[in-house]
Amino acid sequence: MEEIVNLFHGFAVVLQPYNIMLMFVGILLGVIIGVLPGLGGANGVAILLPLTFSMSPTSAIIMLSCIYWGALFGGAITSILFNIPGEPWSVATTFDGHPMAQKGQAGEALTAAFTSSFVGALFAVILITLVAPLVAKFALQFGPAEKFAVFFLAFCSFIGMGKEPPFKTVASMMIGFALAAVGLDSMTGQLRLTFGFTEFLNGFDFLIAVIGLFGIGEILLTMEEGLSFKGRAAGINPRVVLQTWRELPRYWMTSLRSCVIGCWMGISPAGATPASFMSYGIAKRTSKNGDKFGTGEIEGVVAPETAAHAAGTAALLPMLSLGVPGSPTAAVLLGGLLIWGLQPGPLLFVEQKDFVWGLIASMYLGNIVGLIVVLTCVPLFAAILRIPFSIIAPIILVMCAIGAYTVHNSTFDVVMMLVFGVIGYVLKKCNYPLAPMVLAIVLGDKAEEAFRQSLLGSQGGLGVFFSNGLVGSIMSLGLIALFWPLIQRTWTRLRPAPAA
Amino acid sequence: MTNPAKSRGIATCGIAAALGAAALAITPAAAAWEPTRPVEFIVPAGTGGGADQMARVIQGIVTKHKLMNQSMVVINKSGGAGGEGFLDVKGSKGNPHKLIITLSNLFTTPLGTGIPFNWKDLTPVAMMALDEFILWVPADAPYKTAPEYVAAAKAAPGTMKMGGTGSKQEDQIITVAIEKATGAKFIYIPYKGGGEVAVQLVGKHVNSTVNNPIEAVAQWRAGQLKPLCVFDAQNLPVKDKIAGEMSWADIPTCKSQGLDIEYLMLRGVFTTPGATADQVAFYVDLLKKVRETPEWKALMHDGAFNQTFMSGADYAKWVEKEEGRHRDLMKEAGFLATTN
Repeated sequence: MEEIVNLFHGFAVVLQPYNIMLMFVGILLGVIIGVLPGLGGANGVAILLPLTFSMSPTSAIIMLSCIYWGALFGGAITSILFNIPGEPWSVATTFDGHPMAQKGQAGEALTAAFTSSFVGALFAVILITLVAPLVAKFALQFGPAEKFAVFFLAFCSFIGMGKEPPFKTVASMMIGFALAAVGLDSMTGQLRLTFGFTEFLNGFDFLIAVIGLFGIGEILLTMEEGLSFKGRAAGINPRVVLQTWRELPRYWMTSLRSCVIGCWMGISPAGATPASFMSYGIAKRTSKNGDKFGTGEIEGVVAPETAAHAAGTAALLPMLSLGVPGSPTAAVLLGGLLIWGLQPGPLLFVEQKDFVWGLIASMYLGNIVGLIVVLTCVPLFAAILRIPFSIIAPIILVMCAIGAYTVHNSTFDVVMMLVFGVIGYVLKKCNYPLAPMVLAIVLGDKAEEAFRQSLLGSQGGLGVFFSNGLVGSIMSLGLIALFWPLIQRTWTRLRPAPAA
Repeated sequence: MTNPAKSRGIATCGIAAALGAAALAITPAAAAWEPTRPVEFIVPAGTGGGADQMARVIQGIVTKHKLMNQSMVVINKSGGAGGEGFLDVKGSKGNPHKLIITLSNLFTTPLGTGIPFNWKDLTPVAMMALDEFILWVPADAPYKTAPEYVAAAKAAPGTMKMGGTGSKQEDQIITVAIEKATGAKFIYIPYKGGGEVAVQLVGKHVNSTVNNPIEAVAQWRAGQLKPLCVFDAQNLPVKDKIAGEMSWADIPTCKSQGLDIEYLMLRGVFTTPGATADQVAFYVDLLKKVRETPEWKALMHDGAFNQTFMSGADYAKWVEKEEGRHRDLMKEAGFLATTN
């Protein structure tokens, strides 16, 4: 009960006109940051952090966390409209979101994405409100072996999931792993596969790869297919939001499952990216429309968006209670906390009640404000697709180039982006799926790091991955997911046998 | 025939003259150099770490107290254990609008990876502080002092796990130094950042760490971790009670516990090669002003930093000595890249 009292106190803090104004400003800035590929939430928050030094810590965190929510919402926009995910966790949204836009259902896709984001975030905030201390303890159980198990599960739930042959998925994933290996090996401190080029020191950044593979690749494909956006036929329908809302409750089961996956991944240090992929994979398996996933199913937008937001929100909990950021953006927020003289950690909830509950209250209100802002803009965003391709393509190209440059302020990255664009085009023509490659680039080095940390600890024994209930069950789930296509085939073959 | 290069030169001269005149109009004492566009502050490490925190605090102070007429932008270039950031500053000769904050990777990265960089490629500005290292164990660990801890490690060779930030960097150097000094054997497990290391220790996935004070203070205060000793020649200066009756000053030095190891990490600022004396003087003055602000003092206090300040020749000499020490330490540990 004490939590509820604290929460209402928090609402009282947040509901001052000045703070509400900051909230709107934050959401708008965040959406803009989310729309620009490459800028990303972490960079955006970092750039805007100094603006908040003159504010009180509570006002400052309200504004910054609203930028964070805005960026999470905004990431979905470019994924759906142009097939350019601005953040790693938006990649899974493109699978069905972009085909929907091509079918002329951009408005529906955007509404579904925004609404699911809101549901996911709300679920996670309620969880934080009720069980914050308990949940923090759970996060402490995650050592390297547990972390690796989660990544393993994310990779496995991917294989055999796509329409493409599993071997093509594996091949694409392996290319991703190879690319992820370039740069400094954090376990030995040695440089790998840089061939003496200092440009490769940093490895291949996910954003460069994804802007190239998806964004530039898409433009090349569209050029080949006759210079027109398929979504052009989309009418601007102001009632699209309400119509989509009528449809959404049908997917409550997918939503709930995605919320749970998202919260779990957000609290464990794995984060939003595996959450969105896993949730998409599981939704595809369990949905009766599973076969149609990838062709523009609304459920395929609901699943990853819900999970990503639940995870993004839940990731703030380990940051506040343990002092470990669950995402890059949370890391920058953490820096902010220290500047305002707040020490994140187990005592923050005890010593800085006003601040913590103000933040949690602002999560509720910020998400509501965010939803209102982005939903009112849905017809507007959808209308972008009506602009002729010959005008919009150069604009996208310029935005992509700026985005790629912003990541490390390096022109070499812009060249790499174009190279990735050509690779993306070729792979698509040969029917190789791009998503496994992207997943491997994002999570490859993290998975490797966790794997090698576990083996260092166990002195090379693989038993460490089954050494306790938690890690053992996650690994088993992963193995089941990996061999699911085989299991399913054997099952269907055996089933009719007794009848015959 | 007009020579395009020449006419451009004249134009530039004209602009420069105009700018000069404008500058004169604003500041009558025009001798001192001042930045004419935003200053980039490079962090050769990821967001959220100690160096990043310090850079962002400095940026915040400069902005809040209006210490500079231009803005300051913090940019993280963490690739290749910070090599990306160092090479960027090295390659910006003649651009004085760039600073870099360093940690020990100023020495360890070029020594360990063989990238073409040495601190002498940069122009030293000032040492802001030195960061301390403390030996941490979980609060309920059976050992209460450093000798007990060392004895426990010796009793079970090759099973004690030491968690630390990065590979072949300061944390691992200290670990190797402990091994050399005591004959104990540890399994060193590298993680991405100091915060993660502290939480791994709380979760008992490792047995001990050598975190900086600021990285583990939250867990100490919450009664999850306890400090055994500090790797410095004297006790820490901060006497406020932090955890129960303990203050930073109550932590014994490792030397007094029979573990004769000292290690402090540089938190210093450098600028681009070829910076003039005027330009360096401007930044030294700026950083001195930063050190006078309450925000800076609060950071120094919270993180129990060693507040030594140096600039000019003293600073360069200190860095040179420290480079030699790192070369020796890394050579002993077998961490030097083959190209060195």
